[in-house]
Amino acid sequence: MSGVASLWSYLSATPLMWLTATVLAYLAADAAARRLGYAPWANPVLFSVLLIAPVLWVSGTDYATYFEGAQFIHFLLGPATVALALPLWDNRDMIGRSVAPILLALLVGSLVAAGSAILLARAFALPTDVILSLAPKSTTAPVALGVSEVVGGIPTLTAVLVILTGIIGAVTVTPLMNLLGISDWRARGFAVGVAAHGIGTARAFQVNQIAGAYAGIAMALNALLTSLIVPVLVRWLM
Amino acid sequence: MTAMLPTLGLLLGCQLIGEVAARGLNLPMPGPVLGLALLALVLWVKPAFAENMRATVGVILANLSLMFVPAGVGVIGNLDVLSDDWFPLLVILTVSTLFAMLAAVATFIGVSRLVEGPSG
Repeated sequence: MSGVASLWSYLSATPLMWLTATVLAYLAADAAARRLGYAPWANPVLFSVLLIAPVLWVSGTDYATYFEGAQFIHFLLGPATVALALPLWDNRDMIGRSVAPILLALLVGSLVAAGSAILLARAFALPTDVILSLAPKSTTAPVALGVSEVVGGIPTLTAVLVILTGIIGAVTVTPLMNLLGISDWRARGFAVGVAAHGIGTARAFQVNQIAGAYAGIAMALNALLTSLIVPVLVRWLM
Repeated sequence: MTAMLPTLGLLLGCQLIGEVAARGLNLPMPGPVLGLALLALVLWVKPAFAENMRATVGVILANLSLMFVPAGVGVIGNLDVLSDDWFPLLVILTVSTLFAMLAAVATFIGVSRLVEGPSG
């Protein structure tokens, strides 16, 4: 038993164990999501968290210790955000053909996404740091975490709220648009990309390729716009 | 595949310049967002870079979900907030997301009709 205990105390002090655990949990979660036919609720991030969090809980490992290993993966969010320039560049002709609807729907969608979250949270009298963590919820996680930090929110809480927002958008977009009888795939895709970032975009691609492309455009542009407007909205609405 | 390291160098370089600009000029945007804009500018000036980057960027973006996991596990540090306010948070996220989708879809369709004329 003392051998196991000393091995545990050695392993839990190195970044290797939680780095490996994160990669393995993701591989298992992604395989499970694939087996479930990528149903909207079968989200690999959610599944990975559900695998890792109980292990941390049971082993009494705090988040700081876990993050010493996981930070190497977390760091990749930065270069991954920069890499979004490529799909934006690839879709430049499509963007060029519908500049006016794209820019206006982007502005209105992004303002409503952040503004309604702030106002609703104030109506519920949530604590200030929670409201600030909610404000960037509709943009892709790497950007949302950065914005949350800039405006004084809690980045780890924002991450959870961003993921929940993505799942909510992905689950509701198809029934909502069908209910309203909207048949323009560009508009349907763009709406879910603005409101529900990458998870919404993945859902749009499952339904229709044009919807997916427009969701991707909306997600990338909203990454830029959210970082500009959320600090301003926070000043106005708080 | 051979362009993996140059691609990583370009991505990290754009992010670094973005971080330096964001901090140096006290801009509200996170460094990686400025890096995104910078890379779009680079591709505009040097379109040939796009093909060389494609394989590596494809791998990164295909596994974007993995990179959200460490932040998502942060839920264990926020259980108090989430258990206190789970109901308002769920209502806010749902209502706000539906509002944003409705606003965006209505604007997109309205403006396309104005610009392109009524389509069949």
